[in-house]
Amino acid sequence: MKNPYVPFPVRIESVLVETEDKNIKTFTLSFIHREDEEQFIYRPGQFAELTVFGKGEAPFGMASSPTQPGFLEFSISKAGVVTNELHQMSEGEVLGIRGPLGNGYPLETSKGKNVLIIGGGFGFSTLRALTNYMLEETHRKEFKQITLIYGARRPGFLLYKSDLEAWQNRSDIQVFLTVDQDDTGWRGKVGFVPAVTREVAPDAENTITFVCGPPAMITHTLPVLKELGFQKERIFLSLEMRMKCGIGKCGRCNIGSKYVCQDGPVFSYAEILNLTSDDVF
Amino acid sequence: MKDKTIRKKDVSDFLDRLIQSNRVYAPVMENGYFLFKTIKSGSEVNLDYQNAKMSPKDILFPQSEALFRYQLEKRDVEIDVPVQDEPNPVIFGIRPCDVRGIQALNNVFSKNPKDPYFEARRSKTVIVGLGCKETHNGCFCTTVGGGPCTDDGSDLFLIDIGDEYLIRVISDKGEDLLKEEDLMDAEAQKITAAAEVAEKAQEALGPCVEVQGSKDILTRRFNDPVWGAIAEKCIGCGVCTYLCPTCHCFDICDEALYKEGKRIRIWDSCQYPLFTRLASGLNPRDTVEKRIRQRIMHKFAYFPDEQGMLCTGCGRCVIECPVNLDIREALKVLLRTGAAQ
Repeated sequence: MKNPYVPFPVRIESVLVETEDKNIKTFTLSFIHREDEEQFIYRPGQFAELTVFGKGEAPFGMASSPTQPGFLEFSISKAGVVTNELHQMSEGEVLGIRGPLGNGYPLETSKGKNVLIIGGGFGFSTLRALTNYMLEETHRKEFKQITLIYGARRPGFLLYKSDLEAWQNRSDIQVFLTVDQDDTGWRGKVGFVPAVTREVAPDAENTITFVCGPPAMITHTLPVLKELGFQKERIFLSLEMRMKCGIGKCGRCNIGSKYVCQDGPVFSYAEILNLTSDDVF
Repeated sequence: MKDKTIRKKDVSDFLDRLIQSNRVYAPVMENGYFLFKTIKSGSEVNLDYQNAKMSPKDILFPQSEALFRYQLEKRDVEIDVPVQDEPNPVIFGIRPCDVRGIQALNNVFSKNPKDPYFEARRSKTVIVGLGCKETHNGCFCTTVGGGPCTDDGSDLFLIDIGDEYLIRVISDKGEDLLKEEDLMDAEAQKITAAAEVAEKAQEALGPCVEVQGSKDILTRRFNDPVWGAIAEKCIGCGVCTYLCPTCHCFDICDEALYKEGKRIRIWDSCQYPLFTRLASGLNPRDTVEKRIRQRIMHKFAYFPDEQGMLCTGCGRCVIECPVNLDIREALKVLLRTGAAQ
C-alpha cells in the first residue's frame, strides 16, 4: 500500500503569469517517473497537495483536465509561505505532489442535462478543468447546453485567456465574461456575476450548476439561482477550507460531520444547508 | 485463557522479564507527577497512581514525528521513509479511559486511507490495562460510556484485589505476553473479589449528565448565545486538546537545511486561531466562542454514530485548565437546558 503522506516527484515544465498584478501564475508540471503518473488518475474538481521541499505543502485544485494527459496545471496565487516560494521557482525545478484528493465534480449526475458554470476570479481554476473536460470531443455529447459565466475585477484578472478565446469561438458553449470595472477596449459584460447570472442563466429545469469563487460572489449568486428556480440539490459548490493531510486525519477542514478534504471539496447546496457548521463562505 | 493472579510484589520482576524483549511503557513518578515512560527496570514503576498527567497517546501518535526525509537532487528528489523497528511495545498499567482514547485514535487513523505510522505501532502494541479502584474529582468516564474497570480494548487487564492483581486475559496478544510466566489460575473467590471492586468503583462514579441524544440537542443549539457564556473565560491556551487522549489534530511542516530536510507532523489544536485561517486571511472559526463550540461539537455531536464520542471522561482538561473551564459543567448547561427546550 502506498504511504499517503509521501509525494510523487514532479518537475516544473513552464510557468505562465496569468494576471496583470502578476500575483497568479499557472504552473505546468510533469511527473519525473512514469509509474507515478499512471497512479495519478484524477477527475475535474479534485485537488492535490503540492510540496515545495523545505517550505511545506499546500492544497490546490487541478486546473488542467484529465483529458489532456502528460501534464498537470495549477494556478497559484501568491499568498502564504509555500506559494511565495513557488512564485520564485522556475522551469526545471523539482516539486512534490500528493493526490489526487477529494471527490471532484459530480459528472455522472450531469449527464444528459444542461450545465451552468459560474466562476469568479481565482476560484475559476477547477471550473476551467471541468469546462475543458466537458468540451472534449468524446464527452461533449454527454451534456446538453453548456453556459459559462466568469467574472473578475478587471479584464487583466481573467485567467486562461487563450482558453476563453477558444471557447468563445465555439458554437457548443455560451461564454459570458464580465468585469466589475469597465476598461478601454473591453467587449464583454460589465457588472457582478449575480447580475449576469440573472440575465443569462438557462432554464432552471434540467440544469446542473457548478459554482466556485470568492465568498461574496457565492453568497450573492445563490439567492439569484434560488429565485430563478434552481433546486439546491442541483447546485454544486467547491468549498475552500484550510487543509493539511488531505485524508481526513488532521482535523483541520472539519465542518459539521464532514471533512472538506475527503467528503468534499464539492458539495451540493442542499448538503451545505444541512450541515451544522461555521460559515464557510 | 483463564484469569490469572500476580502478587503485587512480583510485578517488578515480571516487568524485568518483559523488558528483555519488549519496549515497556509504564507509569513512573517524576517531578511530583506521573508520566508514561520507557522503563529500564521494573522497580521504576509505580502502579499506585490515579492517572498520568499526560495521556499516553504519544506512544502511538508522537507529539512530533518525521514522516520522511528528503534530499533534493538536480533532476529528482530522494525520499526516505523511516522504518519503525522498535521492539514490541507494551503499554503497562494504562487506565481504561486512556485505552478508550487509543480506540478513538484508532477509529481515525485506521480508517481508509490508513495512516501507516500509527498502524505500524498500533498493530505491534500490547495493552495492559489497569482498573481504577478509586476515582479522582475530575473523572467522568461513566458519563461517556466507559467505566473505572472497563476492560474493552485491553489485551490484559489488571484489577487490584489487595495484595494481588487479578489478570483478565482478553486477547491472544495478551496471552502471548504471559506464555513464559508461571502464574496461578485465579481462584473463584478472587474472580468474585475483582468483580466486586469493579462494581463498587462503577457505582461510586455515577454519570454527571445524560449525554444520550447530545447530537440532536447540540445541533439544535448551534447558534445559541449560550456558547458565548461558556467561552467567556477561555484563554485559548489549548492545554485541553494537548492532554486529551482522543484529540488527534496535527500540522504537517518541513524542517530543512539547504537541499535536505525532513517532513514532520506535529500536534496542533483546534483552539488556536491559525488552525483554520486561510492564506487569504479568511477564517471560518475566528473567535474563541466558535473554537470552543468546535471542540465540544466535534467530541459530542459531529461523529457520535460512526466513531463513538471523542471523549473518554479522563478529566485531564478539567483538572489542568488554567481558568477552571469544566467541560462537564458546559455539557450540563448545554444538554440539560437544551433538553428542556
